[in-house]
Amino acid sequence: MLLTTFAIIALQTAPAPAAEEPVDPYEMKDSNAGATPFAGTGMLEEFGGQDGLRRIVNRFVDANFADNSIGEIFAGHDQVRLRRVLFEQFCYILNGGCSYTGRDMKGAHRDMGVQHADMNRLVENLQRAMAAEGVSFAAQNRFLAKLAPMKRDVVER
Amino acid sequence: MYFTKILAFTAVILAAAPVTAEDLRSGGKLMLTNGVTSIEGSSGGGISTWALIAGNETSNGIGGSVHVSVIALPDYDWQSHGAAIGLFDKVELSYARQNFNTRDIGAALGIGQDYVLRQDVFGAKLRLLGDAVYGSPWVPQVAVGVQHKRTLDGWVAKAVGAKETDGTDFYVAASKLSLSTSILMGATARLTKANQNGLLGFGGDKNDDYAVQFEGTLGYQLSRCFVVGGEYRTKPDNLGVAREDDWFDLYAAYAITKNVTATAAYVDLGSIATVPKQRGAFFSLQASF
Repeated sequence: MLLTTFAIIALQTAPAPAAEEPVDPYEMKDSNAGATPFAGTGMLEEFGGQDGLRRIVNRFVDANFADNSIGEIFAGHDQVRLRRVLFEQFCYILNGGCSYTGRDMKGAHRDMGVQHADMNRLVENLQRAMAAEGVSFAAQNRFLAKLAPMKRDVVER
Repeated sequence: MYFTKILAFTAVILAAAPVTAEDLRSGGKLMLTNGVTSIEGSSGGGISTWALIAGNETSNGIGGSVHVSVIALPDYDWQSHGAAIGLFDKVELSYARQNFNTRDIGAALGIGQDYVLRQDVFGAKLRLLGDAVYGSPWVPQVAVGVQHKRTLDGWVAKAVGAKETDGTDFYVAASKLSLSTSILMGATARLTKANQNGLLGFGGDKNDDYAVQFEGTLGYQLSRCFVVGGEYRTKPDNLGVAREDDWFDLYAAYAITKNVTATAAYVDLGSIATVPKQRGAFFSLQASF
């Protein structure tokens, strides 16, 4: 009963642009992003501000859905929602003034069957997307350092 | 003649490397995270052994590599070639043949002009814990391993005072790429009795006990496919007639494709078989899948 009430409230308060499919309710909190934000504005500037970051996320998502080897993991997933929560997550980690409203990494990747090689392929697609926006390699690595500990929640053994 | 053979072998390796199309999936490791092949055939740098597992496959597959390396020194030519397989990014089995051409020194030492000291190195490595790239930045990838070395020219080893003509090294290695700084770090502790890697046998008149030796590396990742750095390796000094020095190098490794990595280095191998100041160039090609 209490759960149902909570679920209804969560559903009502969740921002849901028209094209997004509904999701099961969950508790929204920034810590779901799985990493603490950088200090200062330097990293966001490296990523070309929010505009640059949006282009990186879009290029990254496009590449993943089109990917020969990991595209099928993404197939059938809500692309509109993924673009939004991924942007929020990256923006939050880059200290870009965003809140993360997506699920935690374990919940978001449950039962997707992601293998180590898939994670590496994803990283390569992200590296290409960052490089295309002119992010320096050192800054790319600094950002990947925030994502690297998430592997245990993403990859299924 | 000698280098012609090496070039021919290199050509064979390159021809054997699978054709890479950007869209084909060929092993799941990130570029360069399989390391290059050390002179002893194990995955590592040029002169030191690291905790990485050979080949491009991750925990879901079996990969492997072949390599050929040459070290051109003022008075010697040192060549190594071999192969390694990596099982599920967990176990590495390797073999390397080392050929050490003594050129004019061979004649001077009375073993013969261009006499080639040969050695087989059989290696096994087990990854114990950690991940060189992922996971906590404070937990390195850690592996233990053995290298069993058999010199094929034992009479030379015996003549310079070595106690045995084959021996086994035991090591523990830790490797980590610090993403936040792009710095690659590695440290290895090795129990060994090998004289000049084993080419001059094992143990000697000065010392015949296992000793702990250290190998360390620091590198900087400039791009997905390019890393520069240096290595340092301490050595035993067991032979009275031939002083042995620590080794040092400065390297640049470039992943030409996911399957081919080229390494060039400046190496300082110190004194070898009575001849000091053996500083020269190291070149290595590795094909991996």
